[in-house]
Amino acid sequence: MTASATAERTPAAPETSGAARGTMRGRTIVRGLPLLPAVVLLLIFLAGPIIYCIYYAFTDMQLTGATTTNFVGLANFRKAFGDDQFYNAILQTLIFTVLSAIVGQNLLGLAIALLFRLATKVLRSIVGALVIAAWVVPEIVAGYLMYAFFRDEGSLNEILKFLHLPQQNWLYTLPILAVSLANVWRGTAFSMLVYSAALAEVPAELTEAAAMDGAGVWQRFWHVTLPTIRRSVATNLMLITLQTLSVFGLIFAMTKGGPSNKSTTLPIYTYQTALQNYEIGYGTAMALVLLVIGALFSLVYLRALRPEAD
Amino acid sequence: MRFRKLATLALTGAVIAPLLAACGSSGDSKNEIKIAYQRSTDNNSRIMDNFLAGVKKQFEKANPGKKVNLIPIQATENDYYTKLDLMMKSPRTAPDLAYEDTFLINSDIKAGFLRPLDANVKSWDQWSQFQDTAKASVTGLDGKVYGVPDGTDTRGIWYDKRVFAKAGLPTNWEPKSWNDLLAAARQIKKKAPGVIPMSIYTGKASGEASSMQGFEMLLYGTNDQLYNDQQKKWVVGSKGFQDSMNFLKTVYSTGLGPKPSQALDANISTNINTDWFPNQKIGFSIDGSWTANNWISTGPKPWKDWTKNIGWTAMPTQNGQAPGKTSMSGGWSWAITKNAKNPTLAWKFITAMQTEKNAVSYDNASQNIAVRKDVAADAKYQNSSPTVKFFTDLVADTHYRPAYAEYPKVSTVIQEQMEAVTTGSSSPAKASADYDKAVADIVGNNTTKDSGPAK
Repeated sequence: MTASATAERTPAAPETSGAARGTMRGRTIVRGLPLLPAVVLLLIFLAGPIIYCIYYAFTDMQLTGATTTNFVGLANFRKAFGDDQFYNAILQTLIFTVLSAIVGQNLLGLAIALLFRLATKVLRSIVGALVIAAWVVPEIVAGYLMYAFFRDEGSLNEILKFLHLPQQNWLYTLPILAVSLANVWRGTAFSMLVYSAALAEVPAELTEAAAMDGAGVWQRFWHVTLPTIRRSVATNLMLITLQTLSVFGLIFAMTKGGPSNKSTTLPIYTYQTALQNYEIGYGTAMALVLLVIGALFSLVYLRALRPEAD
Repeated sequence: MRFRKLATLALTGAVIAPLLAACGSSGDSKNEIKIAYQRSTDNNSRIMDNFLAGVKKQFEKANPGKKVNLIPIQATENDYYTKLDLMMKSPRTAPDLAYEDTFLINSDIKAGFLRPLDANVKSWDQWSQFQDTAKASVTGLDGKVYGVPDGTDTRGIWYDKRVFAKAGLPTNWEPKSWNDLLAAARQIKKKAPGVIPMSIYTGKASGEASSMQGFEMLLYGTNDQLYNDQQKKWVVGSKGFQDSMNFLKTVYSTGLGPKPSQALDANISTNINTDWFPNQKIGFSIDGSWTANNWISTGPKPWKDWTKNIGWTAMPTQNGQAPGKTSMSGGWSWAITKNAKNPTLAWKFITAMQTEKNAVSYDNASQNIAVRKDVAADAKYQNSSPTVKFFTDLVADTHYRPAYAEYPKVSTVIQEQMEAVTTGSSSPAKASADYDKAVADIVGNNTTKDSGPAK
């Protein structure tokens, strides 16, 4: 998008002499220099591990039990794609991401942000504080809180018992649903904040005009509000998807991936493989697959972010 | 402008250089030893910390100019192994001394993390005090010694005398076979409704406890084992394996154990020992010699009357075959790493830790089962707790896990198959077949149908 915009503008730009252009380039470099430490640190601490990870994924590196590390080509990936538990982990990751991020956090965040615009200031402060409190709790703490809530003799079942409703054994029968609900509880604040900011930017004249033309609440939302905040939706979806794909502490604290691997997402399975079964090479290969899944999601959202062709 | 560019570059360098230098700093390494050990995740438990701090003080006083640097790693067991292996992998971070679980010792030898101590132990007058089984647990496949053990543990059955009395069972219980266990559980179920008759660890959530306190306590009481020592091969297709799975099926499908959801809860061990036992919610539980640590005055659930209400007995063999009882043992040892900067000083520290006096005080504080003959015979040790003599005597009939590099993976497979049987998603026969296949994948064609002689 940037490329096409620049291409359109360039012919209109004033002619600059070669010497002046040189000075400008020099100035740009000097201006960029203060960024250098940041770039170097990023390369060392961000790109470095990723490159290492890519290298390990093609080796048979073990944490213990072998002195040498050999290059094994695609063997780890072949092993992964012949492993039922790996497919299970991908499936659980997708269920978890779609349920908790794309549907749960996203829609609930949007709903709360919309209702906020109608609510009184007091109510807004109270609800806002509650939702954000869940968000600032560290992931592992949230995990234990949710474990205490969902477990067999936990708070939820006490409440159901009090209401004479049938009790559920969430962590045992539907663990992936339980951890998804926990992640919705924990992460909705982020979407709510993004959407609150986006909705504040929707010009009041637009909605008023639509109302004058006789559009109902739903029509105004669908045809005016949503298209206006479309970019925020895509940005939000991208961020929460990437966050959710890598959730580990929450699930580990609640179920450790069980029972019977029914909540073993890719990060959990990677941990088990790399750090409990000591197969670093195989584990990093899986982590790489997770990276690819994240990239695929991002591509879809980036397409949605492109300006409309009209 | 060029000056500004240079200045910025210099500034950049000034920022990054100390950062990089910090990564590589190691301090004065000639006169210092680094000691890595596990610190309990329970902040009330500082047994090893206190013990090491005491020895450090003695040691630094006896060796002026030398410094002992203690590196506690606060983590659960599995995470501790991981962290320690990561440290040992790099010469920059490797400690001189490492506290090693003996079941990982061969794996770490194979990875080249440890150094043999044969020359050291040969000229050490205390080595003859160590029991042979303990020496075997720190001896690698190459026949060399790689560590000095500091204690072990055994496993048996803990039962609630109040529940037993209620169910009309003897309060000085001595089960002779698996059938005795099931019969007692059935009677509790019938006569003491609301009480969970028995517990045996199962599934992945309890990790190694499922394999060791659960499955292997059964399997090593049959005529089969996990590994054939003579042939150096893993055993598959054994009757004992399937019988053990069958026992689990009986317990969990007929309501003799906790509900599967309780059994597969990662916190079941805490629930059993700090809630179910003190509150008479369980009949008996197969667990380790350390279980009473939960109830002593410094434990997580102090319980003054526990010795009156709780009994302990040995795990019987399957049909009462000789020697009549069975147990599993683990244990820890002090090892010197391959990348140690000061192996000589490190060895000196081991001998300072392992004087008889220090060994008694550590085994007492940690409720460890002694591996030294002099400690085991020490009156102070024998009187340190009412259970210590019983669990020390079990050492005679105990078994060690096959301490090979593949064991952690095999153990995971056992847990998975236990879980499948517990939830009813697999039959004992299918679980055994699935185990056989998974083990063959892990160890290559290094499997056999022949079980080694029991013990």
